Amino acid sequence: MEKEIKPVNPVKDKIYQNLLQEIAGLYTMPMGAFNIRADGQGVERQTTANIDIETKKDQPGIDIRVKAGTKNESIHIPVVIGRTGLKDLVYNDFYIGADADVTIVAGCAIHNPGLEDSEHDGIHRFFVGENAKVKYIEKHYGEGEGAGKRVLNPTTVIELARGSTMEMDSVQIQGVDSTIRETRAVVGEGATLIISEKIMTDGDQYAKTIFEVDLDGEDSRTHLISRAVVQGDSEQIFVSKMEGNNRSRGHSECDAILMSRGKAVAIPEVTANHPEAELIHEAVIGKIAGEQLTKLMTLGLSEEEAEAQIISGFMK
Amino acid sequence: MLELVDVTVAVPVGDGIKEILRDVNLRIDDQFVAVTGPNGSGKSTLAKVIMGIVRPTSGRILFNGKDITDLGIHERAGLGISYAFQQPVKFKGLKVFELISLAAGRDLTKDDACEYLSQVGLCALDYVDRDLDASLSGGELKRIEIAMMLARGTFFTILDEPEAGIDLWSFQNLIGVFRHLHEVTDGSILIISHQERILDMVDQIIVLNEGRVEQAGPKDEILPGLLLPADTCRAACDYYAVS
Repeated sequence: MEKEIKPVNPVKDKIYQNLLQEIAGLYTMPMGAFNIRADGQGVERQTTANIDIETKKDQPGIDIRVKAGTKNESIHIPVVIGRTGLKDLVYNDFYIGADADVTIVAGCAIHNPGLEDSEHDGIHRFFVGENAKVKYIEKHYGEGEGAGKRVLNPTTVIELARGSTMEMDSVQIQGVDSTIRETRAVVGEGATLIISEKIMTDGDQYAKTIFEVDLDGEDSRTHLISRAVVQGDSEQIFVSKMEGNNRSRGHSECDAILMSRGKAVAIPEVTANHPEAELIHEAVIGKIAGEQLTKLMTLGLSEEEAEAQIISGFMK
Repeated sequence: MLELVDVTVAVPVGDGIKEILRDVNLRIDDQFVAVTGPNGSGKSTLAKVIMGIVRPTSGRILFNGKDITDLGIHERAGLGISYAFQQPVKFKGLKVFELISLAAGRDLTKDDACEYLSQVGLCALDYVDRDLDASLSGGELKRIEIAMMLARGTFFTILDEPEAGIDLWSFQNLIGVFRHLHEVTDGSILIISHQERILDMVDQIIVLNEGRVEQAGPKDEILPGLLLPADTCRAACDYYAVS
């Protein structure tokens, strides 16, 4: 079933639609379950036979419950803010039943037209049942002609039960002035957590990522991948903490390309509390490799074209 | 046609200056040419000077009658010069298909890209969507580098030790690929190599030693002389083994 997006504010309708397109690729209402939040309020919701969405009673936010065995369904929960000076705090909890296989598309976009800061702090908790699979896609985006800052602070808390898998793809390409992104996970027996994050900052933007993964279960695994492009005078900090508390494998890699006067910091903390925990951390920070530019120039690209090609591939 | 006139490349080393190329004068017509010589003789520097990656300290470079000495890398690429690196460059996030498309300078279909990969002996479907990164072996990277040259198909192609890392079993096929490239571009191929089988397939051989052109001429004149030192060495080894 597809229908037109219900106007949030008739005057600014186009702005909200653009924001939804930026973070969720939505041109019309999505198939499957969804909950769209605009300017701090839920505006449109759809549930399915297998996926229920309920408004929390004690705090702002929703509970999303996916029935055991649900296959190939998607849940869209985009958040858009089109006002200046709005501070939105939301708690969303996902309960994924055993053996389910679902895709969740979240993300937040802010259009700040004014002088005051606009901020969205989303606290997402995932309780992933045994042998379930979750693909979680999260995009953050900011725009707006006002001087007010666009601030996004997502917190993600993940509990993976035996044999489950979660893949989290997180992208922030432009327009977010300040972000602190915290992801904490406990990985159970035979479970796998893969997080891939891509962040591009410019101007005087600031981005800090904190990954904290406890590999508690036997044969639990995690792979944490961060790619950063740090332009202008911006700054990015990457903190990666892995704790191997059982026979487990963890791999964390941070790759940052510095441009102009950008600053990047990678802070690993790798702890093995078990003799069969294998943990690796890699960090590479520096400007674009000269040989990459040279190679593309030998194929006929100008230096600027080569640079753009390398950055767009790196952030793809 | 490519012409190097009195090309010297000097770099500061410690308190002094080291000349990597010294007064090199060369004229390469539409032929298949090999450059050989000992390690450190300046072969790769010669290739980089032609591509514009290294600028000469003095001297001029002419390509099809045009002075290209002051042109940048991509401008020379635009005029029809290509360069397969000795050590292929790896990228993070760029796929084999994208690089072959960039090399071709036009929008390719996956079938087009697969055709180039198949020619260099890669099972194309396994590679076309892979990242051109460290997950590929040295031999695979070399073949993809050569596939990019096929996609470019320019008038002047430099191949810097293209056989390095390629297994002997595939060697003969690659020689066929170089011949094919030479035929379809109807231009010049400059191949840097130590391999006798490659030296044996070219029209001309240039021997560099300590940055100078020691010999240059038709293969039939140069190659027999190059093979002598190896025989001499073998004789010496036999002598010592006996004694």
